[in-house]
Amino acid sequence: MGQTRREFLRTAVAASVAGSMGMWIPGRARAAKSELEAGWKWDKSVCRFCGVGCGIMMATKAGKVVAVKGDPEAPVNRGLNCIKGYFNAKIMYGEDRLTRPLLRKKNGVYDKGGRFTPVSWDEALDVMEAKFKQYYDELGPGGVSIFGSGQYSIDEGYAAAKFMKAGVRSNNIDPNARHCMASAVAAFIQTFGIDEPPGCYDDIEVADAVVVWGANMAECHPILWSRVTDRKLTHKPTTVVNLSTYTNRCSDLADTEIIFRPQTDLAILNFIARYMIKNNGVNWDFVNKHTVFATGPTDIGYGLPDDHPREQGQTSRGKAGAHWRITLDEFKQKLEPYDADYVSELTGVPKKQLVELARIYADPKRKVLSFWTMGFNQHTRGTWVNEQIYMVHLLGGKMSIPGSGAFSLTGQPSACGTAREVGTFAHRLPSDMVVPVKAHRDKCEKLWKLPPLTLNPKVGTHAVKMVRSLRAGKVKFFWAMVTNPFQDFANASEWIRAAREGDNFIVVSDCYPTVSAKVADLILPVAMIYEKWGAYGNAERRTQHWRQQVKAPGESKGDLWQVLEFSKRFKLKEVWKEHPLPGLPEKDGFAANTLPDVLGEALKMGYDPEQTLFEVLFARPEHLKVRWPDPIAQGHPNEIAEDFGFFVHKALWNEYQQFGLGNGHDLSDFDTYHKVRGLRWPVVNGRETQWRFREGFDPYVEPGKGFSFYGKALKAIPKAKGAGKESIGDKAKIFFRPYAEPAEAPCNTYDLWLCTGRVLEHWHSGSMTKRVPELNRAVPYALCYMHPEDAAARGIARNDEVYLESRRGKVKIRVETQGRNRVPKGMLFVPWFDENVLINKLTLDATCPISKETDYKKCAVKIYKV
Amino acid sequence: MISADPSSRRQFLSRTLRRAALAGTASLAWAHLVDESRETEFSLRPPGALDEAAFQRACIKCGQCVEACPYGTLDLASAGGKHALGTPFFEPRAVPCYMCPGVPCAAVCPSGALDREAEIERARMGLAVLVDQESCVAFQGLRCEVCYRVCPKLGRAITLEFQPQERTGKHAFFQPVVHHEECTGCGICEHACILEEAAIRVLPPELARGRIGANYRLGWKEEAEISQDFTESDAEGRAPTDKQAAEHTRKVLKTLEDLEGIIEQ
Repeated sequence: MGQTRREFLRTAVAASVAGSMGMWIPGRARAAKSELEAGWKWDKSVCRFCGVGCGIMMATKAGKVVAVKGDPEAPVNRGLNCIKGYFNAKIMYGEDRLTRPLLRKKNGVYDKGGRFTPVSWDEALDVMEAKFKQYYDELGPGGVSIFGSGQYSIDEGYAAAKFMKAGVRSNNIDPNARHCMASAVAAFIQTFGIDEPPGCYDDIEVADAVVVWGANMAECHPILWSRVTDRKLTHKPTTVVNLSTYTNRCSDLADTEIIFRPQTDLAILNFIARYMIKNNGVNWDFVNKHTVFATGPTDIGYGLPDDHPREQGQTSRGKAGAHWRITLDEFKQKLEPYDADYVSELTGVPKKQLVELARIYADPKRKVLSFWTMGFNQHTRGTWVNEQIYMVHLLGGKMSIPGSGAFSLTGQPSACGTAREVGTFAHRLPSDMVVPVKAHRDKCEKLWKLPPLTLNPKVGTHAVKMVRSLRAGKVKFFWAMVTNPFQDFANASEWIRAAREGDNFIVVSDCYPTVSAKVADLILPVAMIYEKWGAYGNAERRTQHWRQQVKAPGESKGDLWQVLEFSKRFKLKEVWKEHPLPGLPEKDGFAANTLPDVLGEALKMGYDPEQTLFEVLFARPEHLKVRWPDPIAQGHPNEIAEDFGFFVHKALWNEYQQFGLGNGHDLSDFDTYHKVRGLRWPVVNGRETQWRFREGFDPYVEPGKGFSFYGKALKAIPKAKGAGKESIGDKAKIFFRPYAEPAEAPCNTYDLWLCTGRVLEHWHSGSMTKRVPELNRAVPYALCYMHPEDAAARGIARNDEVYLESRRGKVKIRVETQGRNRVPKGMLFVPWFDENVLINKLTLDATCPISKETDYKKCAVKIYKV
Repeated sequence: MISADPSSRRQFLSRTLRRAALAGTASLAWAHLVDESRETEFSLRPPGALDEAAFQRACIKCGQCVEACPYGTLDLASAGGKHALGTPFFEPRAVPCYMCPGVPCAAVCPSGALDREAEIERARMGLAVLVDQESCVAFQGLRCEVCYRVCPKLGRAITLEFQPQERTGKHAFFQPVVHHEECTGCGICEHACILEEAAIRVLPPELARGRIGANYRLGWKEEAEISQDFTESDAEGRAPTDKQAAEHTRKVLKTLEDLEGIIEQ
């Protein structure tokens, strides 16, 4: 690309673009550029979109974001972006930005059947408080909920979780990340005892083989895919394999494309393990020193309602997470059926390809990097298939070694940083702690300065259960933040109806009039990412902070502000009193079915029952000491700090940081993150960690150990099925998991598979990218990708409008037979960004029974011409 | 052929337009509308159109193709515009051709200006050209390639070329490349380009295409294999007519005369 340095740039605009890309600029153009850019102020920030976590630089002028460039110093992207990142400056300026609270009203008062009417924040919060307390008093802590997000900044997720868990003592907070990587989490915890990938993106630059399983990285992780591409181009032995149920753009680069039938990835992984054992592909030294073999029950159901036909006879429902040790011989025996004949027949993959793939993993000299996203995670056996990829990597000793590892990618900018690390899940607390474990609650109560027994020990409603409870009238207050649930949930019509027709109150904090906003009773306008301070954690454990760049329009307020203002409306005597908690067994000092009154203990600790949750949770003396303004701001605004009178973000960070110190989740201090391009935790003595569990890289691994899978969760397991529990120490588990039928498969009526996913141009439900005119023009609507022969057989031509219909709903859509995604016969692919093609009306709300994550990749549909 | 002399394509086009305007029966009266300032503009025609000169002669400006287009892609040129009055055209940046399998616009053409049997995959409305690599963000290493992914003939009309990026040391370029033997000129790429001004544009083939000399073949391409006895050119060669032979002799003699002149000096 040498010639680009000599090129002559004619206009100032072109020059500024070029300047941001580090190109040479002639003197005349430079003068024009500096005139255009006069008064621009650049600051470090982070991309709003996927989990890759590209660094950006943002220019502001006169209160508006005017330009963006990839941060050339950011290790992830070195100045590059995809086109979503390119348009970060435009996402806040859509014409239909919500700027005032909107409440459904009739005759001047709130009415569920009323029309949206602009109201003041006071009135909005008054009604919200009244409805919350009405349902809280009626149903107890189980009757209210927050549906959060992997797009919460860390402070927002932390505040929302603390408000719910420590404040109103409800564990009914769950993030959209439940739909995204809950299966990855469950498998990390069951396998390693601690969440998140051992390796990092630097694995790419030293790998010999990259195997992509159910991940359209070429479109959904564009900058990482650029790194994989570079590795393939510059290191000749690199092999790239793309495993998918349809041809996606990763196949452009791949040496081998393996198209398998939906759900049969489970069998392919067992074939690989069997092959490795039979062909000297196992690193026995590693396996003997660092692993044990395990398995669990098989008839665990599909996460569907109790009365669903698919759930009948599934005797281990509710015990899906149980597991026990097995011997190597048992492990081998269980793998035995997965020979090439059986697996080839089941999967539709030629035997030659299966062997070729297995050889990559079985080669002791090869450094192999496996990537996956939603193909594994959104799977009715999502936890199993995640565990199977660890099985393969652990058997080969290809784990936690630079260039060799199994790497779970994320789709949201802070699925790791917020949803997982903060623990905005129904069962989680910060730093991998969980609500049912007394020691974890004790630690949280100590750090949060709560009376003993304040924290609710009963796991709350996970995402799918939350909307099912809404329909059943068991949850009546639902607050969605930084997400678009009524477009996102599978079987969407069901929940839209429940929200609109039930006795309940739906609050949606949103920036644009999304599907969810339309479903709400109260819409709260939010400040978007660059209109507030914040921090995200990307897929490689990299925590990245940013400063507020501009002010939010109109009366929009950050989600953190909204949680804190709402918390002012609760007095301790209203929330720390006794509550009914049906289903809680007597344990750890709790009486059955009851959450105790802790006000007596609170008094002893110096609290006053008249104090508000705001004072007790968010504005304690140690918080108020963190002053605003602060030199780290370098003149950047912070309306939330202005409003509350102290540096809320930094105060909460200081508190949150305490949770991770010393237990493998160490984060650095607030100011440091504003000076560096992110750090990968654990950060110990100022040093980040690239490879966890490996001596020489991870400070938590004792010298001489080589490897240590030191995660503490689920380490005491039965020695055999039904036997007593015993700790496995710092070993990882190699799980055997069998093939299982999908929850729903094509039949005579609904004769095609439907798989959903994304396109590069749009992100998630399109609420931001559809407001960028250029991205909207590039891909204005969702298409139904179909095999040309399937189309011809039904008299359907390319571009025809058709109805797609499942047992749950139908949509009208245009057919594409030769576009970017090439599906095999018998299958359709539809992206879900387009609210006018609400494809989740069709998808099935079956989940992995362990992780409770929905399978968006497999349901049965039919197609017919309009 | 239009492209016989690339250096004069633009003049040729303007001549064509003028001549076409003058030649059409009904268009005689409109000739003055094709003024000098618009002579170098071009018009993209519906799929299956005859070459520009023949198209302008044949088109009866009935507008049926415009009516038949389900996407509102086609429009009839109005007076004072840059397209020959009354003829159908499209501008991809506004609305591209979505390549309907049945080619409904051509199927209704009563005049033969559009081939009623046209196959959309073989249509040559124009040729997409990446006119400005310097602006194209994919050529700077950004992950864009929208033109590639929206191309109805993805992988054939537009492909990606991967190149390592030395500056970052760990990323790659994904550079779109258009293939003229497949591109229909539908303009979906130009329409979708995310830049303020599209870096990829559809041009009439005669403006956009270069042509490698008939005297050379790319040695690594199978179809360009050349035999020892040059049979390929022999097959194309024709014996000169007597008149041509006489002319040839005259030219050679004249050249010789020039040489005699030089010697005399």
